[in-house]
Amino acid sequence: MNPREIIESVRIAMGALRTHKVRAALTTLGILIGVTTVIGLVSLVQGLNQSFTGQVASLGSNVLYVEKFPWFAGEDWYKYRNRKNITRQQAGRLDGMLTTAAAVAPVTYTRRMIKFGDARAEAILIRGTTAEYQDVADVSAAQGRFFSSVDNHRHNQVCILGQAVVEAVFKDVDPLYQRVFIGPFRFLVVGIKEKKGNLLGFNQDEDVIIPIRTFEKLYGSYRSLDIMVEASDPQALEETKEEVRWAMRIIRRNLPGEPDDFSINQQDMLTDMYQKVTGTIYLVMIGIGTVSLLVGGIGIMNIMLVSVTERTREIGIRKALGARRRNILWQFLVEAVTLSCVGGLIGILIGFGLGKLVAAVSPLPASVSLWSVVLGLGFSSAVGIFFGLYPAAKAARLNPIEALHYE
Amino acid sequence: MDKLIDLNNITKVYQVGTVEVPALRGITLSIEFNEYLSIMGPSGSGKSTLMNILGCLDTPSEGTYLFKNREIGGLDDNALADIRNREIGFVFQTFNLLPRATALHNVELPLIYNGTPAKERRQSAREALESVGLADRAHHRPNELSGGQRQRVAIARALVNQPSVILADEPTGNLDSKTGEEIMQIFERIHQSGNTIILVTHEEYIAQHTQRSIRLLDGKVATDEFRRDRQLTEDASQESPSPAS
Repeated sequence: MNPREIIESVRIAMGALRTHKVRAALTTLGILIGVTTVIGLVSLVQGLNQSFTGQVASLGSNVLYVEKFPWFAGEDWYKYRNRKNITRQQAGRLDGMLTTAAAVAPVTYTRRMIKFGDARAEAILIRGTTAEYQDVADVSAAQGRFFSSVDNHRHNQVCILGQAVVEAVFKDVDPLYQRVFIGPFRFLVVGIKEKKGNLLGFNQDEDVIIPIRTFEKLYGSYRSLDIMVEASDPQALEETKEEVRWAMRIIRRNLPGEPDDFSINQQDMLTDMYQKVTGTIYLVMIGIGTVSLLVGGIGIMNIMLVSVTERTREIGIRKALGARRRNILWQFLVEAVTLSCVGGLIGILIGFGLGKLVAAVSPLPASVSLWSVVLGLGFSSAVGIFFGLYPAAKAARLNPIEALHYE
Repeated sequence: MDKLIDLNNITKVYQVGTVEVPALRGITLSIEFNEYLSIMGPSGSGKSTLMNILGCLDTPSEGTYLFKNREIGGLDDNALADIRNREIGFVFQTFNLLPRATALHNVELPLIYNGTPAKERRQSAREALESVGLADRAHHRPNELSGGQRQRVAIARALVNQPSVILADEPTGNLDSKTGEEIMQIFERIHQSGNTIILVTHEEYIAQHTQRSIRLLDGKVATDEFRRDRQLTEDASQESPSPAS
């Protein structure tokens, strides 16, 4: 099959499409819907991916979170209920034992009301931690300073405010070195945290950070802590994780053979969970897409059969003039593929358009990607070939003498 | 000199359900280069079947068909298609043009199937249309042409690949007598240029234009006569031909 013939066939196919526009349109509808759905959803998911990955990155790809519960306990949460709390003393011992960690910081939380003068902010997140929190959480003071280990040792009542808290309570006054009330207790503001923005919908500037010893003195030490560990070498995160596990097992006296009675969580668990969810979306999408493509394919087969019958005479003429079976087969196959690819292309265009539209009017993001275009065209062609084969073969097998006499 | 076509005891039997229908019962004849002959006979005589076999659209059940000394009987579909493409030029009663293609494209069709590059193709097609006087209608579609013009396009298409034989099946059947005569003039010209023409017809006055008439009856050759005034002998081929009556 020389390229000349392919071009000729494509020309004939486009001509046939133009002549029967409505019929062609109806035929390609199935393919169009299938491809539109797939492309639209793919661009949405791709956009979500990018947004998610960007936000998750700020969690730190080299940070481990030693906690009582694993992040995605799900239905098994009751298994972890009986675990002993993680304490400040354990965190201190861990810090002493690790060699591959750059920083270790225990963190604990509660919610309290912040008061300044007449202004109030309710249920603000109060974090109790050490000075090393700056390293593990990549947090710094935009104004003033973070508290020091001395502040912690002396359980000073000093605090660092998040930007959103400042905006809620201080209005025009410069917050630095002012005194605020956290609950009934007076604190000195020594620093303002730099703005961090949103993390997966959660506003990271709505917190207040105080030294952990102060926290435990004022709010009790009955809560289980989280210990954040920053690995020295981001490439060797797994090694640090193993070291942490070994150290924690010793600290908490886990016997050999016993499972860990603590969990080590990391950022890529979030990514994994996210991918599981989007994985499901992809599956649904593929399901819808496949069904539509099947429907579209049957439509194409139908139309091609009609087309072959209508053009029986024409096939007879071509054969009389020297067309081989192969030529006729290719002609109709190319026509079927052209039909399905036109549908596919329009579907891709509409799909992207819809994706962009949704992105413009809603918080959902959308992104264009090359492989989805390739996939869309690929599937359309495959459907065209598969469902066009039978009619094309029928056409090729026609007896020229009978075909010439067909009315 | 080699004969163009040599048929020996050609038989064709059709299977219609459980019944066998003999369409041709032993046809033996030969045709030389540059002959202009007609095949005649009532319906059922087998003339269409004979034309199909001569045109390599069908193969005989028995007997040998030598085309330019090559046995056609045993050839496969692809080989037959090639011969139809290069050696045979068909002209049909119902013109059989592609309705959605221009005249030029219709004439190009045989050249597309033997892989001729586009430029050459277009050139040859234009020349063929010129030779039948339709150069100015190259971009018209069949529905924009008269019956006579359509048949001329068909003739141009038959000629474009320079075939060894033109096979015309009732070429004037769908035309009025004046237009029919114009077409016969074209055939005459084509014959003068050295082509071999086989005409299938049931009209006596059309057959009068040809040099030789083979009459079929019930699948056999009933008569095979040369017209005296049109006979092309070896001496006559040196002289200028007698004007067409």
